[in-house]
Amino acid sequence: MSKVRVLVGTRKGAFVLNSDGKRENWEVSGPHFGGWEVYHVKGSPVDPNRLYASQSSGWFGQVIQRSDDGGKTWDAVGNKFVYEGTPGTHLWYDGTPHPWEFKRVWHLEPSLTDPDTVFAGVEDAALFRTTDGGQTWNELAGLREHGSGSRWQPGAGGMCLHTIILDPSNPKRIYIAISAAGAFRTDDGGETWTPINRGLRSEFMPEPTAEVGHCVHRLAMHRSHPNVLFMQKHWDVMRTDNAGDSWQEVSGNLPTDFGFAIDVHAHEPETIYVVPIKSDSEHYPPEGKLRVYRSRTGGNDWEPLTSGLPQSNCFVNVLRDAMAVDTLDSCGIYFGTSGGQVYMSPDAGDNWTAIVRDLPPVVSVEVQTLA
Amino acid sequence: MIRVVLPHHLRNLARVGSEVQLEVDGPVTTRAILDALEARYPTLCGTIRDHVTQKRRPFLRFFVCEEDVSLDSPEVPLPEAIASGAEPFYIIGAIAGG
Repeated sequence: MSKVRVLVGTRKGAFVLNSDGKRENWEVSGPHFGGWEVYHVKGSPVDPNRLYASQSSGWFGQVIQRSDDGGKTWDAVGNKFVYEGTPGTHLWYDGTPHPWEFKRVWHLEPSLTDPDTVFAGVEDAALFRTTDGGQTWNELAGLREHGSGSRWQPGAGGMCLHTIILDPSNPKRIYIAISAAGAFRTDDGGETWTPINRGLRSEFMPEPTAEVGHCVHRLAMHRSHPNVLFMQKHWDVMRTDNAGDSWQEVSGNLPTDFGFAIDVHAHEPETIYVVPIKSDSEHYPPEGKLRVYRSRTGGNDWEPLTSGLPQSNCFVNVLRDAMAVDTLDSCGIYFGTSGGQVYMSPDAGDNWTAIVRDLPPVVSVEVQTLA
Repeated sequence: MIRVVLPHHLRNLARVGSEVQLEVDGPVTTRAILDALEARYPTLCGTIRDHVTQKRRPFLRFFVCEEDVSLDSPEVPLPEAIASGAEPFYIIGAIAGG
C-alpha cells in the first residue's frame, strides 16, 4: 500500500509526518534540529529516503543536513556557500548599492535523476549546486552575473532565490524565481540565464513593466506541461503557456490576488490552488476566513474551498514554500501556516483536516508519495 | 589539554557534551583553539566564524578567565590558565531573539 511522508520546515526545527495512503492516521517525528530555523526539507525523486534539509540560525549561520533513511537519522554535510569571484553589489531597500552577502539557503531542489545532485537557492540571491551529496557547493554564477544583478533588490523577507523548477522533459532547462528580481530561465543547464518577466506589472516599481525587479513569490508547474507555469506574484496570479516568454494575469474572481503559495493538482494540469492573503500590509486571510481557492480552468475562475478550514477569527499566513501535493489517485493537497497547523485534503481540496495543530510557525511543506 | 565550552546548539551539532578537550600545538591563541576545534569537529566549520573571512560570527562571544576576548586579536596568546586547562575557553551565544 502506498505511503505518504510530509516534510515540514518550521521556525524551530523540522518535522516528518508519516501516514499510509488513507491519510487518516499520522505519526509525527521531530523536532529535528530543534531550535533552529528549517527553511526547507526535500527528498530525492530517485531515492526517496535521501533527504536534504536547510538548517540555519542567526547565531550559527547555515548548516545542511542529509538523511539516507527517510529522516530517521541525519548527518551534517557541507555548508560552505561562497560566491564565485567578486560578488559586487545589488540594490538595498533604499536604492543604494549593497554588497552581496550569503545569509541562508531558502530552497533545496534535488535532481530528477541523481540523488547526489541538488540545487540550492540562497539569500542573497544566487543558485548553488552540489554533485557529491551536499559535501561541496558551487555557484552557478551565470545567473547572478547575467547583467541585471546590480539592479536586484530585496523583498520584505530578504533577497532570496526561493523557487527552483527542473524541467522533466529537458535536463538543460531550469526555472528560478527571486524576490524581488523576478523569474529567470536557463536552457543550457545554468550557464546563461534569461529574465522571463514580460507581462508582469508591479505598481511599486518606478517602471512597472521593467525587465527585472518584480516580487515573484512562487512558481508552479505540472510535469506533463513543462511550458506552462503558474505564478503567485506579490500581487497578481499569472500564467504562461510559452515557458515564461510572456505572462497573462489569471487572478479572475479571487477575493484578493495577494498571496505566497501556489501549486498544481498532481493529475490535472489545469487545476491550481492558491491561498489568498489580504494584503502586503496585513499578512492574513481576508475576513479571518482561511480559504484555499481552486481553479479547474488554469486560472480566472476560482472557487473557495472551506470545508474543515477555520471560517472565523483565523489570522495565519501561508508562506511560499508551504504548499505541496501528493500523487495518490485521489490527489492530496497540503499546506502549513504561521500558526503551526499543517492542513491536508485527501480529495483535491474538497475537505480538509489538520494533521498537526501546534507546531512552530511553518515555513515549508513537501510531500513524498512512497510505494 | 585545552577545555572548550560550547553553546547548546553547537554541542548538539557536534554531538558532544558540555565541554570538549583539545590538543593545541604551539602558542595557545583564540585562532589556534578554533582551528583545533574545527579540525576535530568539521561540522562546526562556518558556525563560529565565517568560512572565508574567518571573522567571528556577530552573535557569538569568546570568554577566558571571566574576560571577554571577542574583540582582541585572535593571535594574542591566552592566559596560562587556558593553556593548562585550569580554565575553559567559553564560546557563548548572545541572548537575543525569540
